[in-house]
Amino acid sequence: MSAMRKLPDSHPTGRLRPPSYAIAGLAGTSFKHAHLPAILAEGTRDGFFEVHAENYMGAGGPPHHALEQIRRDYPLSLHGVAMSIGGPQPLDRNHLERFRALAERYEPAVVSEHLAWSTHETTYFNDLLPLPYTEATLSRVSEHVDEVQQAIRRPILLENPSTYVVFRESAMSETDFIRGIVRRTGCGLLLDLNNVFVSATNHGYSALDYLSDFPIEHVGEIHLAGHAEQVDDEGDRLLIDSHDGPVAGAVWKLFEIVVSRCGPIPTLVEWDSNIPDWPVLKAEAGAAQQILDRHATPVTSGKVHARR
Amino acid sequence: MLVDERIGRRDGGRLSFAVAFSPALLDPQSETPAAVTGPNEKAAVRRYNVYRNNVTVSLIDALAAIFPATQRITGVEFFRAMARFHVRATPPTSPLLFEYGRDFPGFIERYEYARSMPWLADIARIERAWLDAYHAADMETLRPEALASIPPERLSDVIFVPHPATRIVCSEFPAVSIFVPNRSEGPVDPIVAVAPQDALITRPGLEVVVRHLPPGGAIFLACLISGRTLGQAVSAAFEASTAFDLPANIAGMIEAGVFTAIDSGDPG
Repeated sequence: MSAMRKLPDSHPTGRLRPPSYAIAGLAGTSFKHAHLPAILAEGTRDGFFEVHAENYMGAGGPPHHALEQIRRDYPLSLHGVAMSIGGPQPLDRNHLERFRALAERYEPAVVSEHLAWSTHETTYFNDLLPLPYTEATLSRVSEHVDEVQQAIRRPILLENPSTYVVFRESAMSETDFIRGIVRRTGCGLLLDLNNVFVSATNHGYSALDYLSDFPIEHVGEIHLAGHAEQVDDEGDRLLIDSHDGPVAGAVWKLFEIVVSRCGPIPTLVEWDSNIPDWPVLKAEAGAAQQILDRHATPVTSGKVHARR
Repeated sequence: MLVDERIGRRDGGRLSFAVAFSPALLDPQSETPAAVTGPNEKAAVRRYNVYRNNVTVSLIDALAAIFPATQRITGVEFFRAMARFHVRATPPTSPLLFEYGRDFPGFIERYEYARSMPWLADIARIERAWLDAYHAADMETLRPEALASIPPERLSDVIFVPHPATRIVCSEFPAVSIFVPNRSEGPVDPIVAVAPQDALITRPGLEVVVRHLPPGGAIFLACLISGRTLGQAVSAAFEASTAFDLPANIAGMIEAGVFTAIDSGDPG
C-alpha cells in the first residue's frame, strides 16, 4: 500500500469543512501565534500548519481564536506531545478525552503522537523520554496506541524518537520495535528525519541503514528540524534535538533520498524555540516544497511498490 | 497493589524502566541510572544529563513564560535560580503547562532571597490569574440593560453569574501599579503608589484586563462571585469600607465584564 493512500488526508467521514484542501504532497510549518498577523496578511493559501495539541487544551480564549482562523484556511496537523504513550502506566483518561475533543473540533488532516513517555506516577517531566525495546514494552505501547486510536476513531501517526542513551535491557532494534507497533495497531508513522540523524549520530549507526530498515511504506508525514551539538563523555559528537534553528544539510540530504524513493509525503518544518520571523520559517517550508514537487510524478511514487 | 503493577514496580522488572529512569531527572545529586548506557558500553553521564537539562530548563522556561513581570522585577538570573528550586521541589502534575505554577507565588513568599521584595508573591498571583483568564471559556459579558430591567424592589435579591475569566487578587501592596509597567514592553518608571491595591482580572473579549479595585470593591465582588445576593454584597462592602461607592462599583463591574448573566432569583 502506498504511503499516500495508507493514511487519511481528510476526515474519515469525508466531511472536511471548506475551504480546506488536501495535505497530500505539501510542506508545512509549526504554527506560532506570533506569526498569525503575517500569515493572515499574506492571504496566500498553500501548505499546512501543525500545532502541539496541549497548547489548545484550555477552555477558550486567544489560542482557540487563532487556531480557528488557521483551520478555516489551511489543513491542520494535530501533534500531541504529552500522551506518554511510551510509558508503562495507564494513559491519563482526562488527557485522552481532551485530545479526542480537539481532534473532533478541528478535524485535523493528520493526528500524531510520540514513541516516548513524559509522565511518571503524577509527575509531568515535559520531555520526550526514552524506553527500552522489549516484548513487554512493545505490548504496552501497542495497547496505548490502540487506546488512543479507539478514542479518536482514526489511526494516528507515531513519531520515531531522538535518543541520547540506550537501555541495557533492550532486546530489539528501534525499527523492529516500530514495525511491531504498526503490525499490532495499524497505526501510521511520522518519520522525523532530524531524529533519525540525531539518534544515528549519537548511537554510532548509519542513518541510511536505519531508513532502509524503517517501515517507510507506513509513513504519513515527515518532520524536518534543526539540532544543536554537544559532546558525550568520550568527547564524541552528541546531537541534541533542539528545534531552534534551520534544518541541517545532512537532514536535507536524507529528505531528498526518502522523497525520491517514496514520493511527496506531507512534510513539516518544526521550529519551536529561537523562533524566526515568518518569512524565514516559510522559506524553510518552501525549500521542502521544492524537493517534494521535484518528486511529485506518479512514476517515482510507484517505486515504492517496485522496491518491495 | 494495582497501581504499582501498572507502573512496572511489581511486574518482575519487565516494565520498571520509568521507575529506574525518573528519580534522578530532578535530582542533580543522584547518579546516572544504571539501567542506561551509551552505545558500545560508552558512558551515559553526559547523555543522561541531556534529559536532566531538558526537563529542568524547559520547566524553568515554562515558569518564565507564565511569570514575565515577576522575572522582570527580579532579573533573569535571580528568577531562574528561584524557579530551579521550585521546579525541583514541585514539578508539574498536569501535562498542560499552562496549569503549572499555582504553587509558585506561595514558594516566592517563603523564598529566603526574595524577602526584600514582599510584594513579589502578589505580582506572581496576578500573573497566574492572568493566564487563567487567558485560557478561560469564551462567554458574553453582562449587558448594562440586563440590570436596568430588574424592578427596583427585586434588585437586592439579584444574584450574578461570574464570567469564567474573572479573578480577584487582594494585596497589601500597590500590586497593580507594580504589575502593569513590569508586564508591558516599555520602561518602568519609579513606582510612587504606596496604598494597598486589590486587582481585578477579567477577559471580556480576547484581551485580558487587569485593573485596581476601589475601596470595598474586592469584598463586594467576592461576595457576588460566591453567589450571594446584591443586598448581601452591598452590606459586606459597606462594613469593610465606609468609602464604598455602590453606583461606581456596579458601573465598573459591568464595564470590566466580571459577570456573564443575572440570576434574578426567579426559578421559572
